[in-house]
Amino acid sequence: MSTVRDWAAPNPITENRSGLIGKPVDRYEGRLKVTGTAPYAFEVETPSTPLYGHIVSATIPRGRIAAIDVSQAASAAGVVLAWSHLDVPVQAQRGAKLNPRSQRGSNPALGSDRVEHYGQSVAFILADTPENARAAESRIRITYEASDADLDFGSFIDSAGPAPGEEDARIGDFEAGYSASEVTVDATWFSPLQNHAQMEPCATTAWWEGDKVVVHTSIQMVKGGQHALAETLGIPSDRVHLLTRYIGGGFGGKGQSYDDLTLAALAARESGRPVRVAYTRRQMFQATIHRPAVQMRVRLGADKTGRLNAMALEAVTHCARNAPFVEHAANFARNLYAAPHRLTGHRLVRLDIPHAGAMRAPGEAPGMLSLECAMDELADRLGMDPIALRIRNEPEVDPDNAKPFSVRQLVRCMQEGAQQFGWDRRNPTPGAVRDGRWYVGMGMATAIRGNFLLPAKAGLRLTGDGLATLTQGMTDIGTGTYTILAQITGETLGLPLDQVRVELGDSNMPPAPGSGGQFGAATAGSAAFETGMVMRRRLAELAAGDPRSPLYGEDPMLMDFANGNIVLGNRSESLAALASRAGPDGVYVEGSISPAADARDWSQHTYGAQFAEVGVDSVTGEVRLRRMFGVFAAGRILNAKLAKSQITGGMIWGVGAALTESNAVDPRYGSFLHQDLGGYLAPVHADIVNLDAVLLDEADDKANPMGIKGVGELGICGSGAAIANAVYNACGVRLRDYPLTPDKVLAALEAKGL
Amino acid sequence: MRTEIRVNGVDHAVDVDTRTSLLDFLREHLDLKGSKKGCDHGQCGACTVLVNGVRINACLSLAVMHDGDHVTTIEGLASGEALHPLQQAFLTEDAFQCGYCTPGQICSAVGLMAEIAAGQPSEATADLNAKVVLTDAEIRERMSGNLCRCSAYPQILAAVRRAAGAAA
Repeated sequence: MSTVRDWAAPNPITENRSGLIGKPVDRYEGRLKVTGTAPYAFEVETPSTPLYGHIVSATIPRGRIAAIDVSQAASAAGVVLAWSHLDVPVQAQRGAKLNPRSQRGSNPALGSDRVEHYGQSVAFILADTPENARAAESRIRITYEASDADLDFGSFIDSAGPAPGEEDARIGDFEAGYSASEVTVDATWFSPLQNHAQMEPCATTAWWEGDKVVVHTSIQMVKGGQHALAETLGIPSDRVHLLTRYIGGGFGGKGQSYDDLTLAALAARESGRPVRVAYTRRQMFQATIHRPAVQMRVRLGADKTGRLNAMALEAVTHCARNAPFVEHAANFARNLYAAPHRLTGHRLVRLDIPHAGAMRAPGEAPGMLSLECAMDELADRLGMDPIALRIRNEPEVDPDNAKPFSVRQLVRCMQEGAQQFGWDRRNPTPGAVRDGRWYVGMGMATAIRGNFLLPAKAGLRLTGDGLATLTQGMTDIGTGTYTILAQITGETLGLPLDQVRVELGDSNMPPAPGSGGQFGAATAGSAAFETGMVMRRRLAELAAGDPRSPLYGEDPMLMDFANGNIVLGNRSESLAALASRAGPDGVYVEGSISPAADARDWSQHTYGAQFAEVGVDSVTGEVRLRRMFGVFAAGRILNAKLAKSQITGGMIWGVGAALTESNAVDPRYGSFLHQDLGGYLAPVHADIVNLDAVLLDEADDKANPMGIKGVGELGICGSGAAIANAVYNACGVRLRDYPLTPDKVLAALEAKGL
Repeated sequence: MRTEIRVNGVDHAVDVDTRTSLLDFLREHLDLKGSKKGCDHGQCGACTVLVNGVRINACLSLAVMHDGDHVTTIEGLASGEALHPLQQAFLTEDAFQCGYCTPGQICSAVGLMAEIAAGQPSEATADLNAKVVLTDAEIRERMSGNLCRCSAYPQILAAVRRAAGAAA
């Protein structure tokens, strides 16, 4: 097993001689996307005319299907089959694993008469056209036997239980430290239930080739989807060929498969035809995962100079009754600020609503909406600048575990951000700046998000035409995976980008964990880099051992790669020539990456500082973003253009969290109040004005051989808190119940007599 | 129902189910899958196409309503290998990530340019008596019917400006 010391040696990526690393090249698959020719899962070409599936959803939160009759639907025009739990083909029991090494267990669709949440699949219709499939839904008769359901998070917060297998993290004596503090803050924030609202609904196209099923589906994790389907069907996973080449947004919500995958595969087997199944937008809200609501109590105790003596973040959140998930909203606070007395932990409420799950920066995204505003309140109480307060509490080592930081540029992010944003123009007195009917204010917050490396493999083939093709069972959910893997491969082999191909999203390819948790670039990229290094060694040995090569007999260790050639002194040979002599298939190698044995000896995170200026309408209470700026440090940046897109996209998610995004459970039905994009308000173009970000130069040599880290989730962290703090600075109103909608702002302004 | 419709310059005379939306007609009957189905009820804009030069949500209209119309989809914008200036600008400015809203964004921007050229005002137009010009506020306002959950809005703004500059 390697150690981080092995990664410290210079390598083609850190040397970056052809300059591909960091270069803001256009998105690899961009041309397909701007011409509308990138086939997403529902759109792939089928071997014969497809049928269309439509899923029927439950309309109660909990209970059982007492009676269901699909026969009228089955005999409707164009309908090929209709299923309820009574006639769906046999599937393995939920959670069953034929292969103990499967990453996911069986996940049957229409598995029983039990209803566990509103929107759960209860019937399925397959027809010749989408119109016929949907029309037949009205001919299905269902009688439910409803049970009592727990739906209201608020009424169970006080009786929330411990998160399974977790204990509170306590360092020092929080209670004593807090009560001995000269200045304190004790306040509670609420972040509501949120939805991913990916633009592409979950979808699958499936067909069978003999006893193997081919499924194109929209999923972030290739192996997880393949294994879940194989276990559900009760077949070995090598009989499931899963492909996911273009994915219309994931954000964590497509980290798992849903019933579209299972039912498409079953219906294709039953009908002998290719089948397409997509979730409706309503089903996307109601039948996929969501970010749960979180209540967060923060207590800070400091001395009069602002030095923190005690800090606590206690979060209460919820999940579905039979699908445990914890939104770890308190975890980030363990690593952010120094304080000798510390308490963080989570409590959990089980509800009869759809499954809670991971959504972009799970934990940090809601969590930072509390602590980073509490720090602003403390600064206000101390009469300190919020940046100065944070710098005063900058730890020397990780305050949670005393480990050294691999690299931590948080202070530099704040200072550079302050300078570029013009923080010195902020009037610290709330409500002091007016622009006509608008109160104008500035706020800031920090950002922290962990960095991870998981095991991954990749394959690389060099062919006689001089093309290098990287293959990996990895996904690109809009994150830029195709592009950065091409850049890494090109730089490692000394090949120009137009000689590099990248093929992803196929369960037959060497496996990678997929996209999630901000680990994608570091994990997939490091595997691609290591595979490139394997290819370099193989090619050098081929040249050294081949009398037809100008490099014959030379030391492979001394050979270099540049401009499509393998080079030693003034002798060189093209990689194309070398590959063509190796045989018709060229040269194929595989490589892999694993976390270093000592990787956990360092505290490793990405950091940032967020700055916002808002206007608060004194008449309507509306909050409008005026400008926003962030400075981030996230290791070596592979593509300046794409990384910035990731970061600013995340910042805009924070704008939504602060100002517009919220869902609620209807206590009558257990359904979500908002089941479409007209009710669930993700930011639109007119909401976003003058938003920009920069990424600092950095290389984290403890992270992986390339010194890179992830950027996909960092941008959302702290973004909403900066806006809430700007609202306070604008009008002197502290709102702790997100989102800060005009009704809440106006009521608070009126309560202040404004 | 018999419908004659010209799509990207090609005439089609077809019998189409009266329930079929223009979007499903394009995607499932003509195999033009560039127009995307994000919500299927007119809230996301991913299905935006141009009908007789005017942008509409293809999911909100039935195919049979377009007898005699000329429809342009994302597949009809490029001339052979040469991308439409808006397509090129979206690529250059990285005005997308997952790409699912992109065809709709680009078709919408084509419609926007035509509206500006025709002098049609919007909520963001400061002076209704003056010539309508393509300000950032106009772009943001007029592109707000096209959601981008990846939130590439700053880059979309830059792309529309770039393409407008190239056309000017």
